[in-house]
Amino acid sequence: MSNAHSPVAHHFYTIEQQKESATIGMWLFLATEILLFGALFTAYAVYRYKFPDAFMVASSRMDWKMGGLNTLFLIISSVTMVFAVSSAEKGRRGGLLGFLAATGFFGTLFLVVKYFEYMHHYHDHDVPGLNFQWTGAPELANGAQIFFFLYFFMTGLHALHMVVGLGLLIWIFLTAYWGKYSPEYYNPVEMFGLYWHFVDLVWIFLFPLLYLLGAHLPPGGGHH
Amino acid sequence: MIEENVSLPRIHYLNSHYGWKSWLLTTDHKRIGLLYMVSITLMFFLGGFFALLIRLELLTPQADMFNADTYNKFFTLHGVILIFFFLVPSIPATLGNFLIPLMIGAKDVAFPKLNLLSWYIFVIGSLFTLWVVAVGGIDTGWTFYTPYSTTFANTHVIAATLGVFFTGFSSILTGLNFIVTIHKMRAPGLTWFRLPLFIWSLYATSIIQVLATPVLGITMVLVAVERFAKVGIFDPALGGDPILFQHMFWFYSHPAVYIMILPSLGVVSELISAFTWKRVFGYKFVAVSSLMIAIFSFIVWGHHMYVSSMSIYAGMLFSILSYLVAVPSAVKVFNWTATLYKGSVSYDTPMLYALGFIGLFTIGGLTGLFLASMGLDRHLHDTYFVIAHFHLIMVGGAVMGYFGGLHYWWPKMFGRMYPEWWGRLSALIVFVGFNLSFFPQFIIGYLGMPRRYHVYAPEFQVLNVMSTAGSSILGVGYLLPLVYFIWSLRYGKVAANPWKAKGLEWETASPPPPENFLEQPIVTEEAYNYPTRPAQPVKHGGKLTGGFAQPAGTAGKGREAEVV
Repeated sequence: MSNAHSPVAHHFYTIEQQKESATIGMWLFLATEILLFGALFTAYAVYRYKFPDAFMVASSRMDWKMGGLNTLFLIISSVTMVFAVSSAEKGRRGGLLGFLAATGFFGTLFLVVKYFEYMHHYHDHDVPGLNFQWTGAPELANGAQIFFFLYFFMTGLHALHMVVGLGLLIWIFLTAYWGKYSPEYYNPVEMFGLYWHFVDLVWIFLFPLLYLLGAHLPPGGGHH
Repeated sequence: MIEENVSLPRIHYLNSHYGWKSWLLTTDHKRIGLLYMVSITLMFFLGGFFALLIRLELLTPQADMFNADTYNKFFTLHGVILIFFFLVPSIPATLGNFLIPLMIGAKDVAFPKLNLLSWYIFVIGSLFTLWVVAVGGIDTGWTFYTPYSTTFANTHVIAATLGVFFTGFSSILTGLNFIVTIHKMRAPGLTWFRLPLFIWSLYATSIIQVLATPVLGITMVLVAVERFAKVGIFDPALGGDPILFQHMFWFYSHPAVYIMILPSLGVVSELISAFTWKRVFGYKFVAVSSLMIAIFSFIVWGHHMYVSSMSIYAGMLFSILSYLVAVPSAVKVFNWTATLYKGSVSYDTPMLYALGFIGLFTIGGLTGLFLASMGLDRHLHDTYFVIAHFHLIMVGGAVMGYFGGLHYWWPKMFGRMYPEWWGRLSALIVFVGFNLSFFPQFIIGYLGMPRRYHVYAPEFQVLNVMSTAGSSILGVGYLLPLVYFIWSLRYGKVAANPWKAKGLEWETASPPPPENFLEQPIVTEEAYNYPTRPAQPVKHGGKLTGGFAQPAGTAGKGREAEVV
């Protein structure tokens, strides 16, 4: 049974039971997240089907180089997260702290790049509800407005998940620094890893759907 | 009901800790269940109050008390409050929270802190809604259809959608918690097919809560953003598609109907078994039918949209799939009926609610088939026929099940009995009042009276007066339990297991100790393994012998079983 210092909570009988519960719970949570984003991907599919040209032209106003750089940052942060979990499993506290810090570093870089992208769109009057002005062909205006709305809503929701992820990461880092984890008990690190990979994976879908539709067009939303 | 001579346990979950902190910071699933019970009871009577105002206005064909705008707000608040803040959380968050760990022999749910968090999120969502009520209401209907909700309504749409968004997350976390609990916290020996059917139905409910609710959540946020920022995601004037909103809304809100009814189906299975003193006939079919209903629930949402300009071919597919839901639903009704056959049926209050449930659920389900057919739906869409149909499922079904369950587990929760005579009276009043409220609505709907109007053609008045009379009777039927339940907390007769019912939840004390079981229970038998009851002497080969009547399904086991 448990005592005050045991990592096993009072209502569990064994550490395995606790670990398996957390794992199932985390996967279920990620399933709800898939449905949350899934509704938006559905909306994206509907409107891309309805406004194929507008989506293509609006997409060419994206900076695919910055998006690509961010994709790279997130892939690297996922790799460092894998190493962080592996270090925790082997009881290497230094490795755990180092790889967590690297994960946080690349995650932060992502948000910095995202900030500059948003500012760039703001100056170009691309933000629906704030200052949206379409200078391209008038018949594409509605579709382009919906494209940009979906862009900000989906990447915004993704960025919110990144911010929450970085907050969790600080907590994991601190508890790791305080020596809470051992090869017998490192489940929070692993669960956080699942979340982090999920958020990265969402971006892997967002990037091509939002940035690359008009990559063959001249930059700046030209006509074809 | 069986007379007992018992006393309350010295320490139980209600008196183990004192003070408001011990309630507001509790992680005990039993106390959280009670927190939910108090909150949703408030919402129940608030939503019911709006129902009475609606029925009062409909006494006469003209506008007497309220104008159209006020009436629109009343039916919207009635729907929003009772669907999102009463029916969806009702059985899972109260009885489910209280009973799941007890029924599976666990000390608590898998994530107790998350459980408390979901109650707080529910309270936040409720506060948004109460704020909407206080500052002037919302008039979009509970369906929030665009572009009215996003562009034209000048009521408090944003706050209402955020309220629904929050309570949705409470629902998701509760469902998640239950799924993990049922997977990982079962006592040794409690295999899947030994679980009580209530657990099966809550497992199926939880799957819907976890997978459908996020879509509603994000849709509500989209509506709020569109309204706030004047963007065009659903606004046809800006290229948006209002039908997409309907798809996304019903992708949750149709399965939500099953979030409301599945737990009741589970409660009724428990009640039928306890009050016939028999194992539920076709246990495995009843168990699996809950999962089938959950799966079907995700692929029938289009039957709300036959007249929305959705593709007719999509409509045909949705129509056929909707018919299929009748199969697992009928499996349950037939199996309950077969359980009654040759059972030793006792008509205590919970059983009266259960029997009322079976009748109303059957009629509600069958009229659902009318509405699932595309041709007939063209005539019946948005009429009182639809109103009557879904009130049979949600009130005649879900609320009756909730009340039946409350009466059945009341002595388990508080160690005291409600007054049985008053209980039976309330069950009778509810049944009579309910039928008088809603059967006339089938007829006025079929004759063509549309929903959501405060005025109507004079020839519908007689039936509307009947319906209003029924709703006031129903209101009395709901107030009675509120009074005698509160009375019973202090003055009720002390009881432990007045039904002599089977199930792990009855094997611990009533009210249960804080840790539920003093030692971990080990399960060695099927659910509902009732011993045969002594019956009237039966004739064998022309002679009277003092044998036992053998209920179906226990033949061979009966003689070894202990006779109580």
